[in-house]
Amino acid sequence: MQEENSFEMTNTPAETAVVDPAEKKETEISDGEIAVVKEEKKKPKKKKPKKKVIEVNGLGVRFNMAEQKVDSLKEYFIRLVHRNLKYKEFWALKDVTFAIRKGDRVGILGLNGAGKSTLLKVIAGVLKATEGTVSVKESVVPLLELGAGFDKDYTGAENIYLYGSMLGYRRDFIREKFDEIVKFSELGDFINVPVKNYSSGMRARLGFSIATIVDPQILILDEVLSVGDAKFKKKSANKLKKMMKSGVTVLLVSHQSEQVRSICNKAIILDHGRLIASGKAEEICDRYEEICSAEKTK
Amino acid sequence: MLTAFKNFGKFRYLLYELIKKDIKLKYRSSILGVLWTLLEPLLTMIVLTVVFSGLLGKGDDNFPVYILCGRLLYSFFSTGTKTALKSIRKNSSTIRKVYVPKYMYPLASTLSSYLIFLISLIVLVGVALYEKVNMTPAIFGAIFPLITVFFLTLGVGLILSVLDVFFRDLEYLWTVVLMLIMYTCAIFYKVESLKSVTNEWIFKINPLYSLIVNFRNAVFGRALDMYHFWYALGFSAVVMLLGSFLFYKKQDKFILYI
Repeated sequence: MQEENSFEMTNTPAETAVVDPAEKKETEISDGEIAVVKEEKKKPKKKKPKKKVIEVNGLGVRFNMAEQKVDSLKEYFIRLVHRNLKYKEFWALKDVTFAIRKGDRVGILGLNGAGKSTLLKVIAGVLKATEGTVSVKESVVPLLELGAGFDKDYTGAENIYLYGSMLGYRRDFIREKFDEIVKFSELGDFINVPVKNYSSGMRARLGFSIATIVDPQILILDEVLSVGDAKFKKKSANKLKKMMKSGVTVLLVSHQSEQVRSICNKAIILDHGRLIASGKAEEICDRYEEICSAEKTK
Repeated sequence: MLTAFKNFGKFRYLLYELIKKDIKLKYRSSILGVLWTLLEPLLTMIVLTVVFSGLLGKGDDNFPVYILCGRLLYSFFSTGTKTALKSIRKNSSTIRKVYVPKYMYPLASTLSSYLIFLISLIVLVGVALYEKVNMTPAIFGAIFPLITVFFLTLGVGLILSVLDVFFRDLEYLWTVVLMLIMYTCAIFYKVESLKSVTNEWIFKINPLYSLIVNFRNAVFGRALDMYHFWYALGFSAVVMLLGSFLFYKKQDKFILYI
């Protein structure tokens, strides 16, 4: 039997409702119904729970860590003949199950190497799940690494079109928003300079401006809240806050519980690829701090 | 399948942007810019004509046009496959962070090479007019080799781009294979005029040679050779299917290796 850590539940993760397999199947067919059924089991809520926009079911991601990197043909064949093609398997994520409802702001906590970034990459569609399923119902804007899609020989202006089209924007849409992007990035005349001559702050500013020009339904943040100088930092934080107020779903990766407390209403903790806790942000942050201090005294 | 088409619709602007980027950046820092698309084949043609013009006898096809037909097709195949081969690794930093359909990269690089190739056909037209090559309606037959060569290049490019992710050696190996292909394309000589034709099969199995033969047939007003026509078409279809299949099967593994 599998636990379902769904965020509409008010109980602590230790008491997460156990869903029987029959019901589990139903979840896949019609999640609208099942949400109502579950609600009847517990104390009735005033508000109807919003629809699930991200569902992660038994997610596992496996990496093959070749002990020695075999990337030449000759070496590959030698090893094949000698039956020496051994890989060390490594599960970056294992049995992760949760669901996120519309408008939730979810913090993903965990120490280094807990699998936070891997989880975001799977949700953003960059990585494929080895097992389990991930379904994302709405448009995602990942702010994973700002300016990752830039071409360094291209000018800022040209990169707006390139990066915009990578995020799936339409051309006329980008053209329409072009001035707004340039203005927000505060690049001024530098917009016609090749990106290779930009400082890292300028690059991040441009990346941030392009990615946030749409009103995404799901925003993925990987500790990018600190972009540029103090002034731009404030500006970008304001923009994000404005987006959050408009009911966007947020996924934030962090290993600082303060950040999660201030932004999120829900949180989960990952540890060595496993989901160990999920629930309200405050409770989970407290628990995370406990874990951290326990780790320190070890 | 349907979602794949929907996805393509969403990212068709990206395809356009990638092609534009390839072409723009290729000539960005050169003074003559896109003119090189025309100058480069013209100059190579002159060099080859000066050196090898004795290889064709009297009554044979016009030598400069003969060379250009072969060279243009070969150089498209060679640049197209070479850029497609590197396309996944070149864009590795993007692939690791932003989701886009990965076939966009080899597709865009092949398409941009193809566009440049189509532009460079102007040189062929110009030289053919200058040399007063007699053009007949048979010239429209050139459409078949021109289309087939695109799919041949794309198919081979897809296969190479996948393999290159796992084996970096391929880049060097492929330049050697390309050399073999070039010499079996009979760009500046005739197969029939070779002293010993014991190895004629090596020309027969080169699909690019088949395409060049038919391209020349069309340009010089002859009918298409049906063996070469079907062989090139069949080869390209197989390579396209194999390439798409391999790419589809392996694309999720790319991120673990690049």
